[in-house]
Amino acid sequence: MTQFTLIDILRNLIFATQWTVILSLVSFAGGGLLGLVLLFMRIGKARLLPPVVKLYVEIFQGTPLLMQLFLAFFGLGLFGIDVPPWLAAAVALILWTAAFLAEIWRGCVEAVAKGQWEASASLGMSYLEQMRHVILPQALKVAIPPTVGFSVQVVKGTALTSIIGFTELSKAGTVLTNATFQPFTVYGLVALIYFALCFPLSQAARHLERKMNAAHRH
Amino acid sequence: MPLIAIDGLRKSYGEHEVLKGIDIGVEKGEVIAIIGKSGSGKSTLLRCINGLETINGGSIAVDGAELAADEAHLRALRLKVGMIFQQFNLFPHKTAGQNVMLAQQVVNKTGKAEAEAMARKMLDRVGLGEKFDSYPDQLSGGQQQRVAIARALAMEPMALLCDEITSALDPELVGEVLQVVRGLAAEGMTLLMVTHEMAFARDVCSRVVFMHQGRVHETGRPEEVFANPQTPELQSFLGRSAA
Ligand SMILES: Nc1ncnc2c1ncn2[C@@H]1O[C@H](COP(=O)(O)OP(=O)(O)OP(=O)(O)O)[C@@H](O)[C@H]1O
Ligand SMILES: [Mg+2]
Repeated sequence: MTQFTLIDILRNLIFATQWTVILSLVSFAGGGLLGLVLLFMRIGKARLLPPVVKLYVEIFQGTPLLMQLFLAFFGLGLFGIDVPPWLAAAVALILWTAAFLAEIWRGCVEAVAKGQWEASASLGMSYLEQMRHVILPQALKVAIPPTVGFSVQVVKGTALTSIIGFTELSKAGTVLTNATFQPFTVYGLVALIYFALCFPLSQAARHLERKMNAAHRH
Repeated sequence: MPLIAIDGLRKSYGEHEVLKGIDIGVEKGEVIAIIGKSGSGKSTLLRCINGLETINGGSIAVDGAELAADEAHLRALRLKVGMIFQQFNLFPHKTAGQNVMLAQQVVNKTGKAEAEAMARKMLDRVGLGEKFDSYPDQLSGGQQQRVAIARALAMEPMALLCDEITSALDPELVGEVLQVVRGLAAEGMTLLMVTHEMAFARDVCSRVVFMHQGRVHETGRPEEVFANPQTPELQSFLGRSAA
């Protein structure tokens, strides 16, 4: 059996961290795009779409992410479709992220004062013009802190994908623990790396929020 | 043919009928004060005229064109009738100048230079030429309301609807806004204003409409209505607001 030094462990963990980072970025970007689509379906004028999106959000917020990962991984397998862990992980996390972001952003759009809708309507603007020039610019500003804040949840959410066999940071931790029998050292390092990823994000969210409260203008 | 013709207008919220058949004709250049107790339906009436509420019965026609609920008709209507709100409702992410320019550019597709020239002219008209680059939260309430008036005027409406536009202002700021409205009236703008400023109504308006429980209860020239109210409801309303 090979002897692992602390440096070896760290090198392996950092290598695996890049997959955590990539999966986080993919989930956040993909989830953001899908979330935007969901948002417009949810707040749009088509009658049928809002309840559909509402149900979607309820389902993804009302079930554990782990179950969603299992369903994406094993569920599609039942239909004879062979899903590699990375694909199942990315799909499940994108769908999950989209549900949360759509809901966060809907709150931000609804937080824009009703008078803004009325004033812009009374000036003859159409729904899309109101959205584009009056409502969304104001909603966007409110949305930034909670959106950055939620990115922390996405990073931590990627840890669950280790269970379906995607080799990101947590999975690497498990593998290394089995090889070294030093769970405390290995998972301690794993936790430290997660913290190093998440702490700047949550700090940024807090900073943005404070900045917004200090001068809630422009 | 009146500029604004309201016939048998009805409006309900669920079971609650708020407007129970309103008939008003507003001629071009008229300045009308709408008075009445809280809940009598004054705001609802103005909101119906501007298409912010869908109506349940009767009709509203502005300059011969009847109000309909589709977006093209609403847009056409709103270009003819501007509205000023109690809470100003300026766009907080835009400067005073941009507030006045936005709808010109977006709705009328006016070029930037032309929209800016119009915005400067309108801000000058309400006495705020030097506030072009100020954001709403850098302006007093009275100044914000004057920007809102400039914003509506820039669309060159045929009439303006004003819903208690001085009620959210500190008393010392009411005068500057009323001064602007007085100027508009003098220039012949058609105005339909809900107001609690009885002295102003007496001074400036050509007609007073007293609303009570969703109906036009009494109407007439201000000197008659204020000096000689016919119905007990108006007598008690005036007695109370004078007190
Ligand atoms: N969106 C709404 N939903 C349900 N009821 C409403 C709504 N808006 C107004 N009402 C009701 O309609 C009635 C008339 O309201 P409106 O705002 O027109 O009165 P108003 O004469 O403007 O009163 P105020 O002087 O207090 O502004 C009130 O009883 C009010 O509760
Ligand atoms: Mg009112």
